[in-house]
Amino acid sequence: MNRAKPKVTFLVLFVLLGFALLAGVAIGPVGIPFGKSLLILTNELPWLNFSGLPGNFQTIVFDLRLPRVFTGLLVGGSLALSGTVMQGIFRNPLATPYILGVASGGSAGAATVVVLGFTSNFALPIGALIGALAAVTVVYRISWSRGSSSSYTLILAGVALSSLFSAITTALIFVAGPYQQHRVLFWMMGGLWRSSWTLFKILLPIVTVGAGIIFAWSRDLNALALGESAAAHLGVKPETVKKTLLGLATAITAVSVAAAGSIGFVGLVIPHIMRMILGPDHRILLPAAALGGGVFLVYTDVMAKTIMQPVEMPVGVITAFFGAPFFLYLLRKKIVGGRMR
Amino acid sequence: MKVKVDGLRFSYNGKSVLKDLDLPVREGEFLGLVGPNGSGKTTLLKNIGGVLEPDNGTVYLDGEEIPRIPIKEIATKVAALQQETTVGFDFTVREVVEMGRFPHLDRFERHSDGDLRAVERAIDVTDLRDFTDRYVNQLSGGEKQRVFLALALAQEPDLLLLDEPTASLDINYQIKIMETVKSLQSEGLTVVAAIHDLNLAAQYADRVALLCDGSVKIIGDPPEVLTRENIAEVFGVEVEVENSEAKGTIHIFPKTDSFRTREVK
Repeated sequence: MNRAKPKVTFLVLFVLLGFALLAGVAIGPVGIPFGKSLLILTNELPWLNFSGLPGNFQTIVFDLRLPRVFTGLLVGGSLALSGTVMQGIFRNPLATPYILGVASGGSAGAATVVVLGFTSNFALPIGALIGALAAVTVVYRISWSRGSSSSYTLILAGVALSSLFSAITTALIFVAGPYQQHRVLFWMMGGLWRSSWTLFKILLPIVTVGAGIIFAWSRDLNALALGESAAAHLGVKPETVKKTLLGLATAITAVSVAAAGSIGFVGLVIPHIMRMILGPDHRILLPAAALGGGVFLVYTDVMAKTIMQPVEMPVGVITAFFGAPFFLYLLRKKIVGGRMR
Repeated sequence: MKVKVDGLRFSYNGKSVLKDLDLPVREGEFLGLVGPNGSGKTTLLKNIGGVLEPDNGTVYLDGEEIPRIPIKEIATKVAALQQETTVGFDFTVREVVEMGRFPHLDRFERHSDGDLRAVERAIDVTDLRDFTDRYVNQLSGGEKQRVFLALALAQEPDLLLLDEPTASLDINYQIKIMETVKSLQSEGLTVVAAIHDLNLAAQYADRVALLCDGSVKIIGDPPEVLTRENIAEVFGVEVEVENSEAKGTIHIFPKTDSFRTREVK
């Protein structure tokens, strides 16, 4: 057994978080030196007051980059947390936050809004949220019969409904005009450019409450790793745990998708990496995944902003670009090691 | 713990599995459940453990009706060892055994010294001291089964339900598990065990209940229940029962033609 100590891991994650914060505000089309960024950030602390900081830098930091960093933390954290929950409940390493149809539902909702011609700032997120929630509601309604459901039914219903919603999205893109097509595709690729303090303030309470309750149920999730019957003999009600945790994980995924489109691989890869480092105990794994996912998304977003300057890449491309090869590496390592789980 | 099963009726998707089953379990006894596949042993155990909800009838644990006891409280008194448990991730032996304290803890409560003592004791009793940091998924079937016995013991139960706990184990582990359970019984644990192997049941159980088609056909001392006639009727197999007075137990041999056929070959 060679697992990292949780305290050390969290310390490293918090240091990475600090750097992510700094990198997130310093790096961009307009470069702000790290030292200045640090000054601008720390200047907000009540007992400090530096003078002579350039006002335009302050505007960029506070109005543009800081809300984007914070939104990225929430979105990345939600996706990784939700992925960990999905993998834990389905006892399946391939489970992602999108397994029950949230992403394709969100895309279909966003595409509908665009094709119908809504152009206001919040039309897209609201359409995506409605689509995402509609998709999972249908999946749950189909799968939950007489108070219980099998994981296979849920997953299969999710897969089936995802392809239905993808078909709807494709059809909508097909009939849309070029400008609308561009908007839909841009949204589907996923990115944090829509971030604002308003968006952050909407996300924050939902994500914090959702994550808080999920953390409180981490022991139940551990028990579920032994199978539903063994968990029940430990005093856990499997159906209650599944309903609660799937509901919360879906909710935070849905708002993340609404805010930033369907960013891939964060929710699949971060839970795996954290589980490899820390082990499967969800009391440690869940908060670590949330923190890791948030930090990962902020760094990848910084790359997305800079890699093809002056054009901004969708961050979903970057996460997949790093996530997919790493996941393949993990897969190969597990097969070579003789245990495929 | 005293258990009373009263008129239990249970069906899976309309197929009736338990049919007005009555079963008394005495405090501190080792009761063996025997019967053909599909006779309802597993379903009965799951009902006694409060994991399944019966269509009709009641299970009383120490005189209290199960539906009135919260499932988490049941888990502080009743533990179970299934034929096979699969662990979803790379949990270590200690982590799995510690899960046995789950029912004793509130949502945010940490393990107390008492909890840790129960875990250590379960690890010692099952002889897992050298395995605590190993991944459960990398252990052999027999070692794994000891881990899940330790998990059950960490619950500090009054009643232990065993569902074919040794069916897939070699004779060495079979005996190890059964001996451990038997020694815990002598400390006051009540045991109800579904056992395939009639000889094993006869050897370890104080009483045996013979299940047939969802109800108890006969219950009593092993020699009284496991007779040639009963076995022929319930299992449809001709056997020879040898009573070895000296060891105080019986041995059951199937009467087959296999020996003769082999000689012919």
